[in-house]
Amino acid sequence: MIQQSPGYLLVLATVLPVLGVMLSLTLGGRRAERVALMTMPAGLAVAGAIFACVLATRRPLLYVVGAWAAPLGVSLRADGISAAMLLTTAVLMCAIGLFARADFRTPRPGPREARAPLAFWTLLLGVWGALNAVFVGNDLFNLYVALELLTFGAVPLVSLDGRAETLAAALRYLLFALVGSVLYLLGSALLYGAYGTLDVVLLSSRVRADTATEVAVALMTVGLLAKTALFPLHLWLPPAHAGAPTAASAVLSALVVKASFFLIVRLWFSVMPALPILPAAQVLAALGAAAIVFGSVLAIRQTRLKLLIAYSTVAQIGYLFLMFPLVAGAAAAPGASSAAWTGGMLQAISHACAKAAMFMAAGLIALAVGHDRIAGLAGVGRALPMTVFAFGLSGLTLMGVPPSGGFLAKWLLLTAAIDRGQWWWALVVVAGGMFTGAYVFRVLARTVTRPGERLVPSAPVARGREALVLALALLSVVLGVLPFASFGVLQIGRLDLPPGLLR
Amino acid sequence: MTSATLYGLMGAGLVGLGLYGLVVYPHALRKILAFNVLGGGVFLLFGVIARRGASSGLGGDPVPQALVITGIVVAFSATALAVALVVRLVEETGMAALPSDDPPAERAPRTEP
Repeated sequence: MIQQSPGYLLVLATVLPVLGVMLSLTLGGRRAERVALMTMPAGLAVAGAIFACVLATRRPLLYVVGAWAAPLGVSLRADGISAAMLLTTAVLMCAIGLFARADFRTPRPGPREARAPLAFWTLLLGVWGALNAVFVGNDLFNLYVALELLTFGAVPLVSLDGRAETLAAALRYLLFALVGSVLYLLGSALLYGAYGTLDVVLLSSRVRADTATEVAVALMTVGLLAKTALFPLHLWLPPAHAGAPTAASAVLSALVVKASFFLIVRLWFSVMPALPILPAAQVLAALGAAAIVFGSVLAIRQTRLKLLIAYSTVAQIGYLFLMFPLVAGAAAAPGASSAAWTGGMLQAISHACAKAAMFMAAGLIALAVGHDRIAGLAGVGRALPMTVFAFGLSGLTLMGVPPSGGFLAKWLLLTAAIDRGQWWWALVVVAGGMFTGAYVFRVLARTVTRPGERLVPSAPVARGREALVLALALLSVVLGVLPFASFGVLQIGRLDLPPGLLR
Repeated sequence: MTSATLYGLMGAGLVGLGLYGLVVYPHALRKILAFNVLGGGVFLLFGVIARRGASSGLGGDPVPQALVITGIVVAFSATALAVALVVRLVEETGMAALPSDDPPAERAPRTEP
């Protein structure tokens, strides 16, 4: 392994948000907001630089910490999907940070420190740092620590308002997450016992199909599924994501659940690329299909907007797992496997943009009308046209209507399913789109109904915040009209493709 | 039976006990304790692996031991966070058990602020 010169960017990506956290805690609550807002452009620049670097060299970026090579040392590695997720995270963090300024404003000069702004801004940076550590980690134990950091940042975000209901939701989330990470740790212990290393790249060439490996991977996968909230381990998600403050819901639903999904992808396709995983991958996809149906049906039945969006997350997570049987065995059908790979990751990215926009739109609507009961939303379309339009646009992405990013993702999954002779997953994709349409239209139809009396917003909604929501929603749509070749970046550094198959 | 096997089985037993406790008891504090028992089992397993994987002349492989120390720190912080949440929950509701697992849709709508 050779030390690459721009590898320090990977260190910066993880260290920068952590520096922000430490600076906020040192300087005190009054400056936390400013520190966070100053960290954001820097973090975005670093993520952009990493993305550009991977794109330019067509090779993963590697940094060997302290020049201690694996198996003794620990390295950071950013391949195509890491670079894409880093960039998505940075863009969303900036948007969410700007959006949250109105909710977590540092109070005017006074003697008291404000606790809520300090907690929110430091936790936001903490979550960002942990997410980046997950995306660039190349050592299974390092990834465990990153996952736990993410949990410790995400759980308090749920209960920022301190109501009993959100405290219970946070506690339930924490318990699920802790069991998940302890199972992950148990699996890594077994892998270390079997192979004497936890380095992802080294493991990928050493892993054999034996009982110890299978048990280890099964334990780790179940643990990560609990954190990703894949059906039937989704119980903690709706109360936690719906109860959190708007900006926190957006971070949790758009990004935090993607981190553990990302690790499952790492585990299945980077750690054990040569193992016959197709039967197990079919089980994962079946759970995903169950999540799509179950989550969508429950979303349709909700009476509150934020809970509807949270159940929609449960359903959309299901799509992510459809990629597993379609990617597995890449050597046999490299074309279809690559399409499914791009589709799965694009679903993660476009859902992140769309879901952040949707939660933010719901937050603005709740701010304007004072509640989020779907039955009472009549007339909102006239009062907040830009927000409702953004909600509809992100709905299009979730449904998979062309030309949105969600359409391209689902189309790729659908064609890969047909190419690989697994047509039943294609049916799931199509049916899921219709279910999604049902709950999105339920909300939209309500908002454009003429109310009994003219709706007067109970609180003014800033145009800038509406514009931010619209920008994210547009981003989720624009992903679908990018030139298709630009998604080739996602294939860079895949360890499950035999060398030579990379385009 | 070597001592490594014995410790390995004990680790597995602790993991089983911890999982049982986590699933069965509704009380939050018991769940947290069960998580710690589960974590203890995993850490013991790391010790066994350090012993088994040791090369000749060494008493143990130092890497798993380093991992265990980090793991204990993480588990400690997790426990602290969980206990803090339970304390706040008791202050707010007077109860330290999680409400039943009904889907939130079925619950009574909360009062508007």
